[in-house]
Amino acid sequence: MLQVISILLENKPGALMRVTGLLTQRGYNIESLTVARTLDPELSRMTIAVDVDDKIRPQVIKQMNKLINVLQATDLTDVPAVIRELVLVRIRMAQEARTAVLKEAEIFGGRVVDSSTEGFAIEVTGAPEKLNEFIDVMQSYGEIDVTRSGSLAIGLENKKLRLQPPIATVGAGNIRPVRENMNA
Amino acid sequence: MSTPMIGAKLMSGAKMLLECLVREDVDCMFGYPGGVTLPFYDVLYDHPIRHVLVRHEENAAFAAGGYARATGKVGVCCATSGPGATNLTTGLVDAMMDSIPIVALTGQVSTKLIGSDAFQEADTFGITRSCTKHNYMVKRFEDLAQIIHEAFYLANSGRPGPVLVDIPKDVFQAQGHYQPVTSIHLPGYKVFTEGHTGQIRRAAQLVQEAERPLVYAGGGILAADASAELREFVEKTDVPAVITLMGLGALSSNHPNFISMPGMHGSYASNMALTQCDLLIALGTRFDDRVTGRLAAFAPHAKVIHVDIDPAEIGKNRTPDVPIVGDVKRVLGKLNALLAEKPEGPVGPRRAWWRQIREWKEQHPLRTSSSESEIKPQHLMAEIDRLSGGDAIVTSDVGQHQMWAAQFIRFNEPRLWLNSGGLGSMGFGLPAAIGAQFARPDKLVFSLVGDGGFQMSIPELATIASHGLPIKIVIMNNGYLGMVRQWQTLFYNDRLSSVELDCFPDAAKLAGAYGFKGRTIDKPWELGPALEEAVHEPGPYLLNVKVSPLENVYPMVPAGGAINEMVLGPPEPVAAVR
Repeated sequence: MLQVISILLENKPGALMRVTGLLTQRGYNIESLTVARTLDPELSRMTIAVDVDDKIRPQVIKQMNKLINVLQATDLTDVPAVIRELVLVRIRMAQEARTAVLKEAEIFGGRVVDSSTEGFAIEVTGAPEKLNEFIDVMQSYGEIDVTRSGSLAIGLENKKLRLQPPIATVGAGNIRPVRENMNA
Repeated sequence: MSTPMIGAKLMSGAKMLLECLVREDVDCMFGYPGGVTLPFYDVLYDHPIRHVLVRHEENAAFAAGGYARATGKVGVCCATSGPGATNLTTGLVDAMMDSIPIVALTGQVSTKLIGSDAFQEADTFGITRSCTKHNYMVKRFEDLAQIIHEAFYLANSGRPGPVLVDIPKDVFQAQGHYQPVTSIHLPGYKVFTEGHTGQIRRAAQLVQEAERPLVYAGGGILAADASAELREFVEKTDVPAVITLMGLGALSSNHPNFISMPGMHGSYASNMALTQCDLLIALGTRFDDRVTGRLAAFAPHAKVIHVDIDPAEIGKNRTPDVPIVGDVKRVLGKLNALLAEKPEGPVGPRRAWWRQIREWKEQHPLRTSSSESEIKPQHLMAEIDRLSGGDAIVTSDVGQHQMWAAQFIRFNEPRLWLNSGGLGSMGFGLPAAIGAQFARPDKLVFSLVGDGGFQMSIPELATIASHGLPIKIVIMNNGYLGMVRQWQTLFYNDRLSSVELDCFPDAAKLAGAYGFKGRTIDKPWELGPALEEAVHEPGPYLLNVKVSPLENVYPMVPAGGAINEMVLGPPEPVAAVR
């Protein structure tokens, strides 16, 4: 089943590679992945949908949290969260089907973003399953091209972000540095 | 960093790197120079940090690993861009799998050339992403010092591991002001050290109540320097202990509570104890498949306490009843403090448990083997053990000799038994011995290798000769890739495909060519005296020991089998164990 993970990570070179590399390395299949800056330009928010066995889910989160550039990885699969996706559909259909297509788009809350004699380009947002239905319906009217954004998710619970405070170093190096206790 | 402070020294990036290494207490590093690291090697020329020139970059990483394994200090290796960096990778993965702290420094082509397929350019940062705990590319001179200190901190804190820093040539050459770094901030680096107090209490309770408790301890004890705490724990509770391949020495092999190594080639008593125990106290260990065999049949009657510093190890292979994320040294310390206040456990069942374990030990001890005409591998291990007395450093490669060594050679303290456990990399033993001997010049170091692995690291004989390192290289020479041959014999109808090493150099001539002593022996009565001669030789010694070629390592748990379904020795038909 699909696991939806929200990751807050440092916007550093290679950070994206680390996340995707880890998924590949551990044999997890990425269904979709989106990433963009947060309010803080030094951080990015990533939403990943991964196809994994339920038993492996906590392991995926733990492995993500081990990445040095990841500040927080959260499993949003079974907690209150809003999951949305954007789809852009370009449809070419027979002249007589135009009205029907517009009606269908309206039912799905879609918006026509381009119109030509050949057909329309329509944008729809919604839960990923709803978009699947929309695509099926459009396909019944004609030839379509589809681009999907992948899932975007936001958790609805307040989750405390725990960060490691700065550590003083006097070239401690080989002397094991004083390690902050995060359990306390 | 941008505004130079008064008193800040103007220097090159290469010099700054050296300053950082000095501040990190680096006294010795292993490397191989090249085009883009020229500026660094130039400042190294008259610097007190010792640079050991190995003969292949892979061995620089292995030697740094050997240094780190022997001391717990960060091992440092260095290579140039392109082929230099790619050659390091096996040693990095080795350190990753065994949680060994090393910092690898690689040169890179100048920043303006990156991405142009320049001469000796390779995507080191991308290639080593999965080989390291973390890696860096220093794109700006201003970040260099900060990154180096972060690298050392990451390598040797939390769960240790390798960290690589890729440094372009122009960063080495740039000039700027050096201000010592006073703090590092890695907000996403979460290290949990203390352990959950409530869970530690629960663990103490279970330890008190268990009738058949067993400690299963691994390399984490060494990494956390928790041997004293482990000893206190087993003595206080009188719980028997099995120690994994990576943890040997965590509890002295002579300690009465030490049973032996568990797993695929573990002892009968160890594997039976794991199968029968009602409480498994897993300390700094990761339920590796070579230990557990078929997971569903591993410690099937046991409640499990699992202490590990890496949260991702908890529940990865076995879901524990009491998970404790923490530094095993601190957690054991707290556990020991709790146990002091409490009374003893169920006396009768505990006595019966110990009786049972002793019975298993007596029923099926590790089989020694001897012969009048040929040297048995077990005999070789017993002789090395006699000369070591549990006190020498022994490095090994991978395969049959490694398993026999782990079974028969005793280790009185941690950090004496150095081998490539997780990655199982051939060619490890010789360079690791070089690292270990530089780290511990006072110690007798045996590099115990097979005839296969030895030929993978032969170039390092030059490094050993050049520094006159008194390493005793002992080759267990059976003329085969022994472990692969054993599997072909047992599981592939004895069709020996590409495993015979039919050409091997004359050891005396080979060692002689490098200017030290060597010898080949094949008679049992030669073994003791030859080993003694090697040990008494002040310099290096190459002893090629021809052993019986077709000996198999037993006990053996066939792949995918339950660990109590051991093949104890020949001639067991394969079908019977399936």
